[in-house]
Formats: sequence, structure tokens, C-alpha cells
Amino acid sequence: MGNLWNTAAAARLLARLKETYDVYAPIRFPGSGCYSDTDTVRYGQPDSFEEIVWDKKSDYSFKETLLPISDTILYFTESDTRLPEPKKPRLIFLRACELNALKRLDEMYLHNGPADSYYQQVRSKAKFILMGCDRSFPSCFCVSMGTNKAQGYDGYAHLSGQELYLEFTDASLLSYTEGLEAPAASQEVAYVTDGQEPVPIPEHLPEDIALNPLWKEYSGRCIGCGRCNFVCPTCTCFTMQDIFYRDNDQAGERRRVWASCQVDGYSDIAGGISFRKDQGERMRFKVLHKVYHYKNRFGYHMCVGCGRCEEVCPEYISYIGCLHKLAETGGEAYE
Amino acid sequence: MYLDINTKKLKKNAFRVSKNRGETASRVRVPGGKCSAQVLQQVADIAQEYGNGSVHLTTRQGFEIEGISLADVDKVNERLQPIIEAMEINQETPGKGYPASGTRNVSACIGNRVCPFGNYNTAAFAKRIEDAIFPNDLHFKIALTGCANDCIKARMHDFGIIGMTLPQYDPSRCVACNACVKGCDQLSVDALRMENYKIVRNEEKCVGCGVCVTKCPTRAWTRSQKKYYRLTIMGRTGKRNPRLGEDFLVWADEDTIIKVILNTYRFVKEYIDPKAPGGKEHVGYIIDRVGFTEFKKWALEGVELPPETIVKDCVYWSGIHYR
Repeated sequence: MGNLWNTAAAARLLARLKETYDVYAPIRFPGSGCYSDTDTVRYGQPDSFEEIVWDKKSDYSFKETLLPISDTILYFTESDTRLPEPKKPRLIFLRACELNALKRLDEMYLHNGPADSYYQQVRSKAKFILMGCDRSFPSCFCVSMGTNKAQGYDGYAHLSGQELYLEFTDASLLSYTEGLEAPAASQEVAYVTDGQEPVPIPEHLPEDIALNPLWKEYSGRCIGCGRCNFVCPTCTCFTMQDIFYRDNDQAGERRRVWASCQVDGYSDIAGGISFRKDQGERMRFKVLHKVYHYKNRFGYHMCVGCGRCEEVCPEYISYIGCLHKLAETGGEAYE
Repeated sequence: MYLDINTKKLKKNAFRVSKNRGETASRVRVPGGKCSAQVLQQVADIAQEYGNGSVHLTTRQGFEIEGISLADVDKVNERLQPIIEAMEINQETPGKGYPASGTRNVSACIGNRVCPFGNYNTAAFAKRIEDAIFPNDLHFKIALTGCANDCIKARMHDFGIIGMTLPQYDPSRCVACNACVKGCDQLSVDALRMENYKIVRNEEKCVGCGVCVTKCPTRAWTRSQKKYYRLTIMGRTGKRNPRLGEDFLVWADEDTIIKVILNTYRFVKEYIDPKAPGGKEHVGYIIDRVGFTEFKKWALEGVELPPETIVKDCVYWSGIHYR
């Protein structure tokens, strides 16, 4: 059971939640797109529930609410180091594909070797509200990836017309609704099951797939901007930056910053050696990680089929197109 | 049958005196270079029915319908009526064509309707300027271009308007991928450098082209909410001293530019050579005679400049002097 929230009641609820939580949701940043007079939909802290964007897939994923793009993780002086103050708990509105992506982030940061304390600090106190999907957006293929349904959320939200339905399954969240006037209601979780073009996900790729000439095409097409990685909800790579303050080189900070396997410098190592200098090789590395190598290790695919990389590429390099090509080169597609 | 044509009236009615006796050409200006496909079709119909089937695309973004018989001017004017209405071209009497003017068609590149580099809607601003200055017999040429690439050649105009954006940097979204630094170096003026893995913009070098914004993969660079313009002045072609326009205002806004243009019309009315042939002394030559300082005094009268606008103290033009 949940409740239907009108504007006034929803505003009071949000104000209450904000006492404890930083509330994050996909919202519109007018004029902030790559091109003049275009907007970006990405994660931010809405001032009201009305600001949440429902009718469009966010251009950037929820990932940055748990893993800041540029995160100072350590301050240092001559003989001392200290950690930044802990972050406020977060309440995050996200869609089913992204909740599936959360499992991948957890796999990398919590279960793949020792847990990462910075991620854990934010993650352990985060609550997740699933946003119901009435329909698919361009390039969505969650149905093909089996990520159209999700588990492990603390609440469910759905907007139909002006009507906001909220259902908190988490007891602590439920307590925030006490005494607020919102008619009780009950809704099934809305998720997409049809209306998407199926994408063949290759299984049993030939052993020499890395040598397949199909990758060569991307050498000349990809500009190595890294957008596909930065919008991806499952890309987890980061790099480290140690900086010394300009006017005091005895003090500084260590930052953890998103990295992209498509951008120059990603695979640079001591001795000036760099692996995968060619963009075609980088494309191969990325695609096979998403739909092949990750699964070999963890038993399920990394890619959640959100289609953001498809939508963002300025060179119209189609990841979905690449999956079709892989299926044609001997990878058997499965449903 | 005889042809008794008042060529001055003909030209004032946007028809050309052709080198081919008995023929004329209808000149249809397209404000901001933007017209509907329907207008294009109507132009084509006139060219086929009354012209010789040929249409010239003019440098000022107009159509010149060639090979029209001088006897058909009235009929062509009737056919021009829906075109004039669709493009909201200034007119005195419906059905009688439109008055050609000394102030030329305000032309514009395609701008941010289509071009990834365009920093504003060029045709919309062109229309705003047109509404402020038309009709006018004084000889002015104005062009608008979306970015510092200046594809419309705004710098060859009396007033060239070049779109700018003031790049906004959010270091918390920057991954130090270097795309903006590389982009600015390769495509623009090399105004960016990396320091401590974050970007430093050289404010004096930056031309506001927006390349950093288009290159940024994480939205660390975004455009300013406010749109800015570089106003270049007194570029020209011609026999005596062809030259490129020089910067007058940098980081100016739309209102300022419109006021400066209107003020310049007042300046020209005050100082134009009364004996100039056909009353057509070109504004650039008037400034050559009167001096930039006097022009500037007139141009900025009553103008409240945004605090970020840079006004050039002195402007010197080069170019080739044939006289």
C-alpha cells in the first residue's frame, strides 16, 4: 500500500526527508547540454517532486550519486593525513535498469576483493526509490538484458498525469509520511515488457573474437571522448590524482576521478608504455567487458541495456549495432 | 508598343535593370536566410511562369528571379504577395511588391537551429534587428553569425554580430580528460590549460566560441545562461578600401547591439554628405571622414552596457587603399 501525493503534501514530505537525506533524482538542467539551447537531464537535488523528470531517460546515470565524478578522498600535510567528513545519507530515485546497475557497482566496489570504504560509506546509508517505467525510451533494451525488473528497493514511485504515487517499503522511510494527508492507494510496479526492439546478446563468442576485423572499423570512427563510459551506469573505472596546493606545496589532497577506457592515458604504465592505443582496440575492450568478460567472471552480464551510450555518442557509433555484428560473427544470440 | 519605364521606381520596387533590353529580374530578400519550402516553391513557380527558369542565389541571401519581361512586373508583384507575407517583409501597398531599401537584407548563418557550434538563434536575432531598422534608405549592411568561425563573413559588414558564450566550469564534474584543452588548441585560440588536473581558462584569450562546451564529455563545461555577442564594425568590400571589420564591443548583449545600430543611423543622418550621389554615402566612409571618436560618442549614447562588456577605446582599420 502507498499513497497519492498532491503538490502541497508532497512538498511537506520532501522537506521532512531532506532533514535526514540528500534527495537525488533525474532533473533538468536547462541550457546545460553540449549544444546551444539544449538541456541535460541528469542527477541533482530537486527542490520539489515536480522537478523530477519522468518523460525522458536521464542523459547521465544515477552513478554519480554514489561515486562522485571527482571525489577528494584524502587531505595531506607534511606528516598528517585526514579523511573528509562523512557524506549525508542519500535518497535516490532511479529506474529498474539502474537498480540492476547498482548490483554491478556493488559487485565491483564491495565484493570484488576488500570492500571499498568510500563507496561503502555512501552506499550503506543510501535508500533507493524505484521509478516505474510505463514505456521504453529510445535505445532502451532492458528487456533483452533481463534488467527491466528490479529488486532491493526501499520504495516505489510512479507518476501518471499529475498524480504522484509513492510507496515506501522501508519502515524508516515510511515513518516520514506519518501525519501527512495523502489518500491511500495501491499500484502494481510498472515495468516495460514489450515495445522494445530485441537486441541479440552474444554468447559463446569465438575464441579469436579479439582478432576479428570488425573492430578495425571503429579505429577511424571513434574520437575517444569517453562519453559512452561516463554515461554508463556500470562503468566503474577511476584514476587517482595527487595534487599539491598552488600556494602551499607542503599540503594537498588525493582525488578519485572517473576514468574512461576510451580516453588517452587510461592504460599508460611506467616506462611510457600504453596498451590499446588504437580506438578500435578500446572499443573491443569495452564491448567485450560489457557483454562477455564480466559474465565469465561474475556469471551475469555487466550491461543493463539502458542505451545511454547509444544516445550520447557524437559519432553515431552504435553499441547496439556492434552487438548485432558480434551476433553475426558466430556469437549465438539467446533470448 | 513602347516601353516607358522609370528605372528609379523599378529599382526601388526591388527589380533590377538588366543588361538584356526589355528584361528585369525580381529580387526577393530572405530575412535571416530562413524561408519555408512553400516560399521556395512559390519562387520556383514565378521563375517558371514569368522568368527564364533560372534563379540566382544572392550573397545577401535573396532570390533573384532572372529573365522577367518588364511588361510583367505588375503580375509578378501580385505573385510575390504570399511570399512577402510569409516572410513578413516590410511593404507599403499589398499586391505591389515591396520597397527595396538602402539598408540591405540582414543575413545570417544557419545558427543554433542546426549547427553544433552556433551559440544562438541567428535568424531570430536577425528578425529582431530587421524589425528595429526596416524600412530604411540609408546604406547599411548587417550580418549575424553563430560563432567565431564567422561562416557568414560578418566581418565584411558594417555591423557583424558574432555569437559568443561565456563558458561555465564546474570543477567537480571535470575528469581531466583534456578534451577541452585539445579542442581549444586545435580548433580555437588555445586559451585553456590544465593545472592540478583542473582547467584554467585564459579570460583575455578566450573568444567565447564554445568549443570547450561541445567537447566536454561530462558537462563540466556548459554555456552561460546569458547569450553574448561580439560586435564588429565597418568591414566592407568595394573599390576604394576593402577591409575587415574590427571589434567594437565584446561580450555585449542583444539590447545593446540594437541600440548601437539605431544610434548609428542617427549618426549617419547627422553627418552624411548631402551631395553624395543618390544620397548613398556608405557609413564606413562617413566614419573615415568624421573620426571614430565622434562615431563612438553617438553609438553609445543612452546605452547602458552590461558590466562584462568590453568597449574598444580606439579602433583602427587596415585593408587595401586604392584611393
